[in-house]
Amino acid sequence: MSATTEIPQQAPGATSLPPAVEERKGLTKKEVAADHPTWCPGCGDFSVLALYFKLIEKRKLHHEKITTVSGIGCSSRFPYFVQAHGVHFIHGRSLPFASGVSLTRPDIHPFVFSGDGDALSIGGNHLTHTARKNIKMTLVILDNWVYGLTKKQTSPTSPLGYKSKTDVWGAVDHPINPMKQLIASGATFVARTTHTQPNHILQMMEAAMDHDGFSVIECLSECVEFYEGAFDASNPRKGGQFSLVPADHDVTDEVAAYKLADAPFPGHFGIFYKASRPTKNASELAINAKLSEPFKGQKDWQILQKTFNKMK
Amino acid sequence: MSEPVVAAPVAGAAKNAMNVSEAVIRIAGNSQDGIQAIGGFLARLAGRSEQEVMTFMTIPSTISGGPSIFQVRIGSGEVLSAGDEADVLLAFYQHSYEDHVGSLKKGGIVLYDADHVEPRPEWLETYRHVGVKISALTVESIGGTAKDKGKNIFALGLLANMFDLNTAKLEQLITERFGGKDPSVVNTALSAFHAGNGYSFGGVVETFRLSESQRHGTSQVVMNGNEALAYGVIAAGVRFGTAYPITPWSDVMEILRRELPKYGGSFVQCEDEIASICMALGGSYAGRLAVTGTSGPGLSLKTEALGWAVMAEMPIIIIDVQRGGPSTGLPTQVEQSDLNIAVYGSHGDAPRVVIAPADVEDCFYTAIEAVNIARQYSVPVIILSDQAISTRIEAFAMPDLEKVCQELPLDLTPVAEHKPYDPTAPDGITYHKPPGTRIANGIYPIATGLEHDVYGHPSASPKVHQTMNAKRRRKLQKLATTLATPKVFGPAEGEILLVGWGSTQGPIKEAVDRLRAEGFQVSSLHIRNINPLPPGLDSVFAAFKQVLTVEINDEGLYGFGQLAGLLRAAICDPRIGSITKTDGLTWKVREIVERVQLKIAAGAKKS
Repeated sequence: MSATTEIPQQAPGATSLPPAVEERKGLTKKEVAADHPTWCPGCGDFSVLALYFKLIEKRKLHHEKITTVSGIGCSSRFPYFVQAHGVHFIHGRSLPFASGVSLTRPDIHPFVFSGDGDALSIGGNHLTHTARKNIKMTLVILDNWVYGLTKKQTSPTSPLGYKSKTDVWGAVDHPINPMKQLIASGATFVARTTHTQPNHILQMMEAAMDHDGFSVIECLSECVEFYEGAFDASNPRKGGQFSLVPADHDVTDEVAAYKLADAPFPGHFGIFYKASRPTKNASELAINAKLSEPFKGQKDWQILQKTFNKMK
Repeated sequence: MSEPVVAAPVAGAAKNAMNVSEAVIRIAGNSQDGIQAIGGFLARLAGRSEQEVMTFMTIPSTISGGPSIFQVRIGSGEVLSAGDEADVLLAFYQHSYEDHVGSLKKGGIVLYDADHVEPRPEWLETYRHVGVKISALTVESIGGTAKDKGKNIFALGLLANMFDLNTAKLEQLITERFGGKDPSVVNTALSAFHAGNGYSFGGVVETFRLSESQRHGTSQVVMNGNEALAYGVIAAGVRFGTAYPITPWSDVMEILRRELPKYGGSFVQCEDEIASICMALGGSYAGRLAVTGTSGPGLSLKTEALGWAVMAEMPIIIIDVQRGGPSTGLPTQVEQSDLNIAVYGSHGDAPRVVIAPADVEDCFYTAIEAVNIARQYSVPVIILSDQAISTRIEAFAMPDLEKVCQELPLDLTPVAEHKPYDPTAPDGITYHKPPGTRIANGIYPIATGLEHDVYGHPSASPKVHQTMNAKRRRKLQKLATTLATPKVFGPAEGEILLVGWGSTQGPIKEAVDRLRAEGFQVSSLHIRNINPLPPGLDSVFAAFKQVLTVEINDEGLYGFGQLAGLLRAAICDPRIGSITKTDGLTWKVREIVERVQLKIAAGAKKS
């Protein structure tokens, strides 16, 4: 060892700490808001942020338990606007990061905010595998069908024919259908909402948070700067139609969910698919319980000593 | 058998054996023959007999089949390398014989399977040939088919016979190894062993006896470098890890996956290399300092997230078991060519810590050192191991685990305020507070890859970027001042100082001994802390006329190995040169000796 390992456990001035037992009120919007959002006026993301605040308020979440994680993109600026523990990670990798949080901290339910490029393009592999592993957390994909932060390039959800700076003649690559992809990947909670329906967003967020597993919400979020009017067909105020998932849809029916996702735009909104499957969090705990059982009551060094004795 | 001593008859010895202080045995066969098992048994026996041991192996990168060797050097004195030349070659096939007879010293013994090997007349003069129908005799002793199962244990018996090894200890090792399975498996193995051990060489070749170790009462543990790293990480208190399989790193993740749950921890196999480091960073962020590991190609993939760890000042342990590169390179062979990516690999200015363990024992302690530095300086630490150290077996003193093992409990102590990136903190050293930590003033931190203010909120101000770059650098400059200057092996002044790093410490020391015996004024120095470098190297170097790094990498465009490049940048001493090679194999002592002699001759010509 080249250095001592004294790490201060308490900051100076620890006397001003709150008492151990106390009645704690829910946070107000003022207490949970941090930086003023840097989004363009009229951006759909404002609405999602407002509903996240509402969720925190309604569910009486406290600062220290809120963990907001994001990657790179307009929507990934999210954590800076929330007064709580937050992570602004690298492009496309917020899911494995949040998985590390979820798997080591059963007391925390990470919320990940991502865009269509972040979640479905550069981070596509992680989306599939986080779904397959069913790691407990919520992912909200703020889908605007375009790359906004880099100023109007084709995104993996841009419809065919969309004219961007990288496809001036119109997009030619078949767009990803996030619902279909998530269902096929094994996500256990797949829902769809849109920024113009605040109550529905909150409803979806609450259901996602309460789901024991990997819950994903695709939230249409209009980019007024580079894709104005993209979602008008889903907005009744613009003459469109906001159709909920039919009441008789069986959310545990994978094939039915896939068919529902096949409807042409604007399609349906609500929970498409919800299944109960062991989370990786639970599976790992079960492995732990089984493997640590023979060593109950022993100190860690004694367990290692046993192994080393066999390596003599 | 470098110093053969005529044996005084030992009481109870059935045969006249020659006492030797050490032996180098090379076992050559195919990868599925279980030759690693023979080597493993010999290494473990040496460990239990308080002898020193070092092994060397090659494996083909195919799953099954393909030539493979395992070399064991056992000695009662210090064993620094796996030995340049073998005393005995145990050859299972014609190709094993033909490819490896050259590794024998003149007069050495070829012990071959007479069922598969036809001795070549031109070699009969140079080497002593002893043929034993290993395959047939194995089938005879344990029955079964000619699938050759068990012939490795028969051959172990032959070697035990030839070297008068302690059969009771070997029987015990065989029983431990095959115990737990069907009892008939142990009995079959013991039958094969006894058949080999009872084979009569009929006086064709003498037998040997290894001198007893002078060290008594030292309990030793026997393992390879990958095992030592994995258990070191556990001893250090790390309870969360993530990785993607890649040779030769995979053993470490397999051990951690199997072992961590016993300690209440877990290890996750991820979808790719990038996810692995990201998930590990998530664990560290959540307050569970995490480990990830890989080999060359994986380190390339991890560098973006590594840069985030530097920027967000997040502790993490990254193990790189180096192999030949670039690209897919030489997956199963050794190289020390990842030093540059470990030290510099990132966009932007991204200072991180790099430590290279010098031997198997050092792998264990380096893991603990790395964890403590990562925590104390809130910084990523890369452990640079390599293929040679990862697969070679050594015996070392049993660590005092009660003393060495540490626990890293989750710390969620509430704080009054928290500025995770306060550049005015002493030496720029600040600490991360995981989620769950309550902060009384209600201002919570963001861990971020953007340049940021004291709370982690974005700031593109030029002044902030300059201050924060300095903060991240100053931490490591502080760390450097706490490191000890490495000790010179040999006199502290002379003609040439050899400077090594990583797995080559042993052969370099042995080369120094040999060169000094020949009258050359050569000493050596081994650097474990690659980044930051320890202080005082400049004055150590000043006492020598020439400084030569000894590295397994290419001399590069400007004629220097990767460590030499770093040292020249740090010390600005034009006398720093290097001797390098990239043949996929670790340095032989003889190669170092010859290359140093060439350098001396070239120097003499100039002056």
